[in-house]
Amino acid sequence: MSSEESRKNILVDDSVAENITRVEELAYELKIREVMERNVRTLDSELKMQSAADLFRQQRISGAPVTKNGELIGILSIEDVIRCLVANDMDAPVTRYMTSKVRTIMATDPVVEALKFFVNTGVGRLPVLDEKGNMEGIITKGDLTSGLLFALQRSIQEEELKTYRASHLFEDITSNRTSLILRYVIQPRDFTHGGTASSNIKRALLRMGASPQIARRCGIAAYEAEMNLIIHTTNGGNMRVEIEPHKIALDVFDYGPGIPDIESAMKPGYSTATDSIRELGFGAGMGLVNIARCVDSMKLESVVGKGTRLKMTILLESETVGEGYAGKKEVS
Amino acid sequence: MDVSQLIDLVSGELLNPDADLTRDIKGGCGADLMSDVLASIQPEAVLLTGLCNPQVIRTAQMSDVSAIVIVRGKNPPQETVNLAKEEKIALISSPFGMFELCGRLYQAGLASLEQPVTDGPSEME
Repeated sequence: MSSEESRKNILVDDSVAENITRVEELAYELKIREVMERNVRTLDSELKMQSAADLFRQQRISGAPVTKNGELIGILSIEDVIRCLVANDMDAPVTRYMTSKVRTIMATDPVVEALKFFVNTGVGRLPVLDEKGNMEGIITKGDLTSGLLFALQRSIQEEELKTYRASHLFEDITSNRTSLILRYVIQPRDFTHGGTASSNIKRALLRMGASPQIARRCGIAAYEAEMNLIIHTTNGGNMRVEIEPHKIALDVFDYGPGIPDIESAMKPGYSTATDSIRELGFGAGMGLVNIARCVDSMKLESVVGKGTRLKMTILLESETVGEGYAGKKEVS
Repeated sequence: MDVSQLIDLVSGELLNPDADLTRDIKGGCGADLMSDVLASIQPEAVLLTGLCNPQVIRTAQMSDVSAIVIVRGKNPPQETVNLAKEEKIALISSPFGMFELCGRLYQAGLASLEQPVTDGPSEME
């Protein structure tokens, strides 16, 4: 078999596999109530088997719960009707042929519970009970499949729509100069949330249609700058990201303590960080060096006692992956 | 190699069971210094580290890491596990040390995704 043929025989490729895991997720997220059939056709306990058979045929259903004074007492399936036909006993009440030990499921259970039940027992339908134990609906394998497919399609469409809307933002708005500005306030010493702003910046860029390389470079530069605010500043600082169709400008500023020796600060390995910072995996004097590698241009200004401002630019036209400002020797 | 094969190879325990185990791993990178990771790692790598704080997950997210292996059987704090869940990056704890893990993965054919970087003097505008 050629590789071309063998590839065709693989039923699950990467994109399908991605959807399968999403279906699995949905099976846990979705509740029975969201996919069940609410309009339940019930059979009264007094009903004769002949009438039940007629009802099944007319309504094209293969089973129904049996109730007595509104209370669930059994379930009648098409197999029971066949047994009855063979026995030529169609005048019997449904209670004689129904299954009286009925397994039920709660409306608040996740869909995966019903899936497990159907796979393990081979039973085709489950009456659904509400919190008070009253029958609220019924669920079959068909309801599960269509419910999951519907939810899957909806979740894919939502993400596509979000990405579509964001990536067309600039096309839809006409002005002399359009830009989107994201602002973040960074608290000092907040190591638990450190990186949240950068994480959001990266996500926003991807959603706006930036290439993974651009989002990565921007994310890393923003993250190092964010960690600098958390590690070094007296009162935290601000991050401002301006996104334009052709460039991204990151502006990170704070109000102290300021950097006494900028030249040393830019040298690889130079650091004023304490041991406790180093234990977090930072403070090795590589932050500004890393930033320089990721961005197309940067400018660092600082006044001791007043504050520090780091401005960075990433150009979107020339996608020189991994070759930021520091990699371009001709730029002085 | 995908994430589930990686877990077998390092005799690891997956700390966030809902992570995507089908993600492809193109190579590896081992470091405790997050700035080193940010400087050198290529996309879709496994990150081996002894560091357990949430910054590991953030760093992994920024640098498009496919999976994280915590060395020497350490148990990261809940906030780290929570963040891994949120970002859906596989967080694995392995009983082996850093050297042993690098050796095992390299022997299994995993390439180094540590890009050589020059730490020459940076230039300013």
